[in-house]
Amino acid sequence: MKRILIWLVSTVAALVLLLNYRTSTMGPAALAHPGEYVAGTTGAGPGTGTATGSVIDTKYGPVQVEVTVEHGVIAGARVLKYPTGSSKDEEINSYALPILLNRTVGEDAVQPQVDMVSGATYTSEAYRDSLQSALDEAMR
Amino acid sequence: MRAPQGQATPSGAADTWRAVEQLMGMPVSVALRGRHAGSLQGRRTWQEAVAFLRTVDADYSPFRQDSWVTRVDRGEEVTAAPATLALDPAEVLGRAAAAKSATGGAFDVWRTGADGRRHFDPSGVVKGLAVQRAAVILQQLPDTDVCLNGGGDVSCWMARPHGAGAEEWRIGVEDPFSPSRLLAHIPVRRGAVATSGLAHRGAHVRDARTGLPPRHLAAVTVVADDLVDADVAATCALALDSDGPQWLRDRDLTALVVRRDGSAELIGARPS
Repeated sequence: MKRILIWLVSTVAALVLLLNYRTSTMGPAALAHPGEYVAGTTGAGPGTGTATGSVIDTKYGPVQVEVTVEHGVIAGARVLKYPTGSSKDEEINSYALPILLNRTVGEDAVQPQVDMVSGATYTSEAYRDSLQSALDEAMR
Repeated sequence: MRAPQGQATPSGAADTWRAVEQLMGMPVSVALRGRHAGSLQGRRTWQEAVAFLRTVDADYSPFRQDSWVTRVDRGEEVTAAPATLALDPAEVLGRAAAAKSATGGAFDVWRTGADGRRHFDPSGVVKGLAVQRAAVILQQLPDTDVCLNGGGDVSCWMARPHGAGAEEWRIGVEDPFSPSRLLAHIPVRRGAVATSGLAHRGAHVRDARTGLPPRHLAAVTVVADDLVDADVAATCALALDSDGPQWLRDRDLTALVVRRDGSAELIGARPS
């Protein structure tokens, strides 16, 4: 469990570091919920806990992340410390925010609203049954 | 597939205009927000992008007997053709060479086919380049956000990525084992999300060194600022199979890797 948490912490740290533009221009105060980008589950049980990663010094500045795990899946992540103000990380972080895993449990889990769907190359037949097709059709 | 009939959305992202068209053997979906979402100029520019993609298809289709690609594949003299092509073959071949070198030959536009002969198929580079170029055509629309999806590879653009109240494009990542589910979503201001995987087309990605399809990985999604880079990296990582995740890490790429056992791994930059 501990090893998994450490892995998660380092991975999440790297993603936040690379992708969170707001860290550069707005600073910590502007982020109401800086780490709430992982869909969660509820309830307690085995494989549940919170881990705080050590401060990692990166070329963009120090990063520290706290990860909460419930039932063995990521329930949440909070950024405790991240780079501020450097032009380098602003440049790198300008294109995208973190990848948000939809680790919800159960078939009836609510899917987030999206604008487009990225997937393996569609054939015409596969496209008809895809979420992208549903998105396109919904606008007709 | 029908002709595009984009119109203002009734709900959700209320100012988004959408259209979809079958091009280059794949559905190409567009979404526009802002000033030219649904305007005459917006529709005309979309038609311009569509016409461009049709031209690229005619030049580069491996299924057309008279295309440049087919002629190269047959070993015909093709040095005169490039100047007339919508996409510069030098760029296509340059990107292909870079991808081959970066993957130790796992990604190669020349592959040995079932007939034992070497075949030329640069579509792994052409598709990304063409969609990226079509997106640039649409990005000329002033004060308009553009999201273009070419068969699952998405290019995102916000006219004012850091403006007040600006909303990111939200890109869902399809679950390769259950295409009606989303495995993840990625908010993108300007950039690209490309996925290479086994869903939909079966084993269309093979390691050019061995000719074998991946056995360990089911799908790779890469986020990058350029669609061709994202597309080629996703394809490379999938072709490299069990070596793919490390290959992505070594290049400081941001990716989501899904293995055939159903496990998923997020890959970010290595702290230096």
